[in-house]
Amino acid sequence: MSILHTLRVALRALMRNKLRSFLTTLGMIIGVCAVIFSVAVGEGAKAKVEEAFAAMGSNLLILMPGSSTSGGARGGSGSQPTLTWDDMRAIQNEVSTVKYVAPVLRSQSQVMSEDQNWSTSVQGTSPEYFAIRSWPVSSGAAIQDSDVEAGAKVAVLGQTVVDKLFGANSDPVGQMVRIKNIPFQVIGVLAKKGQSAMGQDYDDAVLVPYTTFGSKIQGGLKNYIAGAVMIGATSPADTSRAEIQITNLLRDRHHITGTDDDFFIRNLTELANSQQEGTKTMTTLLNAIAAISLVVGGIGIMNIMLVSVTERTREIGLRMAVGAKPRNILMQFLVEAMTLSTLGGLIGLSLGVVGANVIAKFFGWNTLVRPDVVVAAIAFSGFVGIGFGLYPAYKASRLDPIDALRYE
Amino acid sequence: MSSLIQLVDVKKTYHMGDVDVHALRGVNVAIDAGEFIAVMGSSGSGKSTLMNIVGCLDRPTSGQYLLDGKEVSHMSRDELADIRNHTLGFVFQSFNLLTRTSAVENVELPLLYQGVRTKERIVRSKEALERVGLGKRLDHHPSQLSGGQQQRVAIARAIVGKPKVILADEPTGNLDSRTSVEVMALFQQLGRDGITVVLVTHEPDIAEYAARVVVMRDGHVVSDKRQTPRDAAAAVRELPPEEAA
Repeated sequence: MSILHTLRVALRALMRNKLRSFLTTLGMIIGVCAVIFSVAVGEGAKAKVEEAFAAMGSNLLILMPGSSTSGGARGGSGSQPTLTWDDMRAIQNEVSTVKYVAPVLRSQSQVMSEDQNWSTSVQGTSPEYFAIRSWPVSSGAAIQDSDVEAGAKVAVLGQTVVDKLFGANSDPVGQMVRIKNIPFQVIGVLAKKGQSAMGQDYDDAVLVPYTTFGSKIQGGLKNYIAGAVMIGATSPADTSRAEIQITNLLRDRHHITGTDDDFFIRNLTELANSQQEGTKTMTTLLNAIAAISLVVGGIGIMNIMLVSVTERTREIGLRMAVGAKPRNILMQFLVEAMTLSTLGGLIGLSLGVVGANVIAKFFGWNTLVRPDVVVAAIAFSGFVGIGFGLYPAYKASRLDPIDALRYE
Repeated sequence: MSSLIQLVDVKKTYHMGDVDVHALRGVNVAIDAGEFIAVMGSSGSGKSTLMNIVGCLDRPTSGQYLLDGKEVSHMSRDELADIRNHTLGFVFQSFNLLTRTSAVENVELPLLYQGVRTKERIVRSKEALERVGLGKRLDHHPSQLSGGQQQRVAIARAIVGKPKVILADEPTGNLDSRTSVEVMALFQQLGRDGITVVLVTHEPDIAEYAARVVVMRDGHVVSDKRQTPRDAAAAVRELPPEEAA
């Protein structure tokens, strides 16, 4: 008896009880749907987190000066400037996995326009900063190398600062602002970046050349950097390597032999990875639901197949009488169970894809229905059919033809 | 010349809890090819057990059963299935047709398990249905057929695999007297075509159409007589004509 014919017989048997067949497949439908869904949600959320960290800066490492210990009291990160401008230049020139380096000197200062004032974070930095944080200007120009060299009194404003000082929808390029009473010319406005994952407003900032910052806003320390250094690695995979290389370089330059480094490196890519642990919990939960409902679906199939075997005892007896071997009967019911579960899998797949698309639209994610997951879901549903159909089919194949023919 | 069916001291004992039930207590029967034989007996006489053993649905507890020269009493389930498939054809009292399945698809069942290709299967199934006079009812489902017609589909199913023996277990039990005689005429025709027919019945007037009557009681054969069979085809003609069909 050919497989094709067995399949036809199975389909006809299932079509005889359409509602029952549909209800039986519900478990499989929900299970496969949940699998497709969970992967789509997991991947979508992952992409979202990656996007959020990309907003902070791509492949970002933050290098901070170390702590000072004075009379046994340890001062915490940045309490003592230990990084020199030469250190920074060495990192830029000697570490192969480093693409950009930019100092960030910070001061909370009062900034004034003609008729408004606003306390904001004034940051002294270099042109590389815009590349590291992938943060372009929406109007005007960014800080140039010439501005740094000349110590020019120019400023690039964040969108929030523009709103506070000049009002929404205004373009202040060319106008003057006063920082610590020193006039700066506004040369550009940063594109809107939004909030960080912790709710900090990225756009509430004013950028000036670090040379100007050192000479006009906060007294310079000559050789030492009174702030942090932002470092852009060549690729996300290189951040860990860059971290190690920079550590080795600085330990060498600072002649550190013990364990107490006088600097500190934060790897934001690592932080991004740990953030994704959260979404993993969610996908694990969805996968658990999927697994449970696939098992429940399988039991449902087993149940209905057992009913079907009982109902069709006479048919089985007759088939045996006219020459069906036990394995023919086994095959017939196994194929029926598999057809049931695979159909359920296919329906679940279509619903899962539709559902994932709806959710993706709703949250503004990219739809991520991975083909390997689709194949795995279908294969698994077929496997459930075999697994749970085996016992009923075996039971059918072991029936005694005489008893089966007499069964009422 | 050896017989087509040869039972030598066949015994069958069932264990029902602590009690042993002796359904067959040593049966010796030899049936030649082309014979039309009726097995009679009251219920509990062992005739059904005998049929199951002859039909290779059951195995004797002891004794020999030679079918077409082969000892089948110790064959495996698969081998017995092959024998049933190729050598035997069954007709049951309750027809045992698959519901919601057309006549042709019911008839082709034995061929399916013989591994016959689809085209040939359909051709042979149609031929078999024509042979039992149902050439115009090929696509009818059992529920659309009368009892007599359903039994004829079952007979077509029994003969489609070109068996040597047809085993009919009370084939007229659910039929009225006219269709009963018509079915008997069909069996007599099969006998003339060389097929051995073994008929189990408890109705003496049905047994009249057989050429040999074996009577059983308490697991023994108590009588085995040959007789001149009544001609069923002639008997049908003598019956009052049916209302216009």
